[in-house]
Amino acid sequence: MRHLIDITDLTVEEIDQLIATAEDIMENPAKYQDVAAHKQLATLFFEPSTRTRLSFESAMLGLGGSVLGFSSAASSSTAKGETVTDTVRTVSCYADIIAMRHPKEGAPFAASRRSQVPIINAGDGGHNHPTQTLTDLLTIHRERGSLNNFTIGFCGDLKFGRTVHSLVNALSRYTGIHFVFIAPEELKMPAYINEALRRKGLPYEETESLEDAMPRLDILYMTRVQKERFFNEADYIRLKDTYVLDPAKLQSAKADLCILHPLPRVNEIAVSVDDDPRARYFEQVRCGKFIRMALIMKLLDLKA
Amino acid sequence: MNIDSVRNGIVLDHIKAGACMEIYKYLKLDQLDCQVAIIKNAKSSKMGKKDIIKIDSPIDIDLDVLGYIDPDITVDIIKDGHLVEKKHLALPQKLVNVIHCKNPRCITTDEKQLDAIFLLSDPEKRTYRCAYCEAERKSHR
Ligand SMILES: [Zn+2]
Repeated sequence: MRHLIDITDLTVEEIDQLIATAEDIMENPAKYQDVAAHKQLATLFFEPSTRTRLSFESAMLGLGGSVLGFSSAASSSTAKGETVTDTVRTVSCYADIIAMRHPKEGAPFAASRRSQVPIINAGDGGHNHPTQTLTDLLTIHRERGSLNNFTIGFCGDLKFGRTVHSLVNALSRYTGIHFVFIAPEELKMPAYINEALRRKGLPYEETESLEDAMPRLDILYMTRVQKERFFNEADYIRLKDTYVLDPAKLQSAKADLCILHPLPRVNEIAVSVDDDPRARYFEQVRCGKFIRMALIMKLLDLKA
Repeated sequence: MNIDSVRNGIVLDHIKAGACMEIYKYLKLDQLDCQVAIIKNAKSSKMGKKDIIKIDSPIDIDLDVLGYIDPDITVDIIKDGHLVEKKHLALPQKLVNVIHCKNPRCITTDEKQLDAIFLLSDPEKRTYRCAYCEAERKSHR
């Protein structure tokens, strides 16, 4: 039995297969509409995330399966002091597969050690969120036709952004990718990520200016700059607008730039950018459903 | 107890001077009924000073714990007064319930019944990572 706890649980070949399956589902949804008939997905959300939970539920329903679960710790027996392990052992008596989100790091790993059914990590605190990374990879693959040979800029909070760390890690297994890290000094990419790229001989550059980097980018991955990351209000106010994407900053961008964002956004992408054909973050949301469908099929060993 | 004449037992040699009490604690030697001799600051040609622990009983030693604390320690197995085996230690790949995670955001700090699992991440730097949250811990020395 396989689980997905960390993106590196999957080989590059397995990720490529998932992407191929997801793209086939997007082309031929009818072919897949009953592959998970009579199967049940439990969404155990010990911390609310409506967006991620709906994506999993929509994926399972799209495969003809059904869903059950809870959407916050308050409505689960954890509120009565039950351990993650016990909750998961109980639920694995009902469900065929579990998508689990938990505020504590490593909770899905703890669950996977005792579960009778596959566990998908749907986010564990600030640690891992592998289905977001799969979503990003599928979106990039669809936009570029491959996961090799492009320049990708990451902008905003690169210090605490787990989606960014995970995506950089996943992309570092492909070839010909040039990384550009765009962040203020306070929110720079952690040294261990840069070190890992150096060890693999992968090129990266760091800059504080989104405008300077813009003309070179094939992909721009925006992230949220959160107020609570700053020591003082003045720094936050000084920096927040520097990393807001608006039509003016896009003037020097390539015509086929692809703008991504893990969503939800606050104000880091101006709403006026949404109508630009280069804004692909809502397409990214759509991709999230299909890659989760492919993942559920893989973990349940279902064939179309 | 004549400390030079362990008949059937174990001698932990080449312990870094000053570290013997920590090993005594980690290996839970205080729970033993047999004789245990702790020798501090013994003369060593290699190390200058070293500590030695002699245990007068053929107990099972958790070599993983010992390897984690200090892989340079040697373990001499004594039978009928003779040295029958000299075990050399290595940093273990995996530690279960030896050290505990200090990351307050880690599930193991909430749910104490979970096994504390650490995996060797960098043998050169002797660092381990929590299998749950990946927080790093350095080996003792
Ligand atoms: Zn931990």
